[in-house]
Amino acid sequence: MTGHNHFRLGLVLLMAPLLIWLLSLIFIPHIDMLFLSLSEKVAPRVYETGLSNYAAFFNEPLYWNTFARTAVMSILATFLTLLIGFPVSYYIAKMVRGRVRAFLFIMCMIPFWVSELVRTFGWMILLRETGVISSFLVFTGLSEGPVELLYNDVTIMVGLVYTSMLFMVVPLVTTLDSLDDSLVEAGYDLGGNGLRVLRKVIIPHAMPGIVSGCIVVFMLSLGNYLTPVLLGGKDSMWFTEQIYTQFITRFNWEQGAAFGFLLLILSSLIVWGGLKITRQTLSNTMG
Amino acid sequence: MSDTTRDPAIDLECRELTKYFGNFCAVDNISFSIPAGSFFSILGPSGCGKTTLLRMLAGFQEPTSGELSIKGRSMLGVPPNKRPVNMVFQHLALFPMMTVGENIAYGLECQGVDKALILQKVQSVLERVGLPDAINKKPDQLSGGQKQRIAIARCLVLEPDVLLLDEPLGALDLKLREHMKVELKQLQNQFNTTFIYITHDQSEALVMSDQVAVMNNGKFEQVGTPQELYYSPQTDFVAAFVGENNRWRASVRGAEGAVLELELPNGMTFKGTAARKEAFGAGDLVDVFVRPEAIMLSKTQVDTATFDNVLEGQVDCLLFDGANSRVLVKESNGNHEVNVTLPQTGEFNDLQEGQTIYLGWQQAQAKCFPARDFSVEE
Ligand SMILES: Nc1ncnc2c1ncn2[C@@H]1O[C@H](COP(=O)(O)OP(=O)(O)O)[C@@H](O)[C@H]1O
Ligand SMILES: [Mg+2]
Repeated sequence: MTGHNHFRLGLVLLMAPLLIWLLSLIFIPHIDMLFLSLSEKVAPRVYETGLSNYAAFFNEPLYWNTFARTAVMSILATFLTLLIGFPVSYYIAKMVRGRVRAFLFIMCMIPFWVSELVRTFGWMILLRETGVISSFLVFTGLSEGPVELLYNDVTIMVGLVYTSMLFMVVPLVTTLDSLDDSLVEAGYDLGGNGLRVLRKVIIPHAMPGIVSGCIVVFMLSLGNYLTPVLLGGKDSMWFTEQIYTQFITRFNWEQGAAFGFLLLILSSLIVWGGLKITRQTLSNTMG
Repeated sequence: MSDTTRDPAIDLECRELTKYFGNFCAVDNISFSIPAGSFFSILGPSGCGKTTLLRMLAGFQEPTSGELSIKGRSMLGVPPNKRPVNMVFQHLALFPMMTVGENIAYGLECQGVDKALILQKVQSVLERVGLPDAINKKPDQLSGGQKQRIAIARCLVLEPDVLLLDEPLGALDLKLREHMKVELKQLQNQFNTTFIYITHDQSEALVMSDQVAVMNNGKFEQVGTPQELYYSPQTDFVAAFVGENNRWRASVRGAEGAVLELELPNGMTFKGTAARKEAFGAGDLVDVFVRPEAIMLSKTQVDTATFDNVLEGQVDCLLFDGANSRVLVKESNGNHEVNVTLPQTGEFNDLQEGQTIYLGWQQAQAKCFPARDFSVEE
């Protein structure tokens, strides 16, 4: 009995830093946020509990339009990342061995050795009106005047896909790596063409990796602030920008907190819907 | 196509098939043909190039040079999904996320067979392999032997010209392996499909095959029926690899046609036969192979009239293994060891270590090859 208790105590002590960290950094701020979002300002320094901050989101088309746009763009970015990341991952996991493989993997990671801010400014240097690409186009005569490549949706998309790639490639390489080569060969041997083997053998096997990669990339895109704001400029209409505005520009913390919670709830709903559509469960994705 | 006069009963033919990996020759200039409906085994130690050869037949590897044809049609450059052959992989490669039924239906769907017919074919093939209720099970719900049968059914439902099997019994335990040997042979008879079976286990090859090719270092050493390989090996490698053998290095004292007078380093002399009828002269070194079961064991003096070679020795060691029991006999003058099968007639059940015992064997059972150093590891 005492041995068992000792063990329990040790476990609690070991877990303590983690629990404190979780509690103080995640739970407490969120609970505080929740209360904040549920209080409405009726007069200066007078607050009442109510849902008006949430109602504001649904009553003001700008807010939910921004949210819808953010969600659609994020879904699109996730899809594009998957489309580009899958062949890359397949190549890394199945087609190359040894040093080439390590090299390619590191190549995917290199962008993450600099901060997101610097990375995004890198894109700006390339894409702005006086930037490298624009100058090159003018220099070669392909374009008559300087072209502004920043501040449009395509650029935001490129930026998002670029920042998310690693988070798609890592889980995909891991799952594809565990795919037995002989399954793919059996797929061909029994008469399947490349497309059928991909659909029937490779994708079903890689599904957990696809789902977890997609969830991470979707969440990262949805919650991204720097990339859409810097590459999309004033009109990027990203939902995190709205939250930022409420907190910082307008000092309306109650509204900001409500938006924060809406982002959490709506993104969870989208992920849940995604899992339902693809008939996956979270447990077999993580397991 | 280069030639038109082909025997229609030949299912698969290879001519001078060669495969290099860089400078390493994995399959070295192999030619053979396999008659329709036969069970053909390729037997060799691991690393001798069996899998490479089979993968060339399946289309996963292109030969460096040589010709390969199936039912008279050249297969060079034909991708694996267009070849009339199917393969049972070493670890079976059943699709784990599909049910047994879906696994078997996969190939039929690739051929564009319609749904109703697929179901009918799947059910009938499952019945033929004796697993009519497995259709909705997942592969991981099956036992090793059942998985084996499903993997074979998945190929046979496509009615391939040739079925390739890459050591499919390797992962099974001994009892099940013995059982599956018989079952595989029965399946082959029942479906009447040409099987090409590769293995490093000589007993699998001997039990099941119509023809066996013994492979070593990328080459075929000998192709023949199991009996031919066992009773008249044409190379020292085959003699050493197929079945058990005593292997002695001896020098030739005199030759009379194929019959050789031999002397062991310890001075013991006996008679042997040149296995390939080649000529040896006095002083030549040879390797002599005598099977343990070709040596007669006796508690009393052996009559020299009935045996060309007789020997007196002491029991050095008894290796009891049921029907495969052996006695190691140490020759009385000189310390030469002879491995002899223990007859299971009851007469030798009381054999003691150190007991004097008499051996006798015919000179035709002592097969001589020019001396060569090689090792046989399975
Ligand atoms: N893809 C490859 N690249 C280089 N060497 C290979 C390759 N595949 C097989 N080999 C070599 O060819 C030889 C024969 O291999 P394999 O055909 O698998 O032998 P077995 O099936 O008889 O055990 C081995 O020495 C192996 O290292
Ligand atoms: Mg092999």
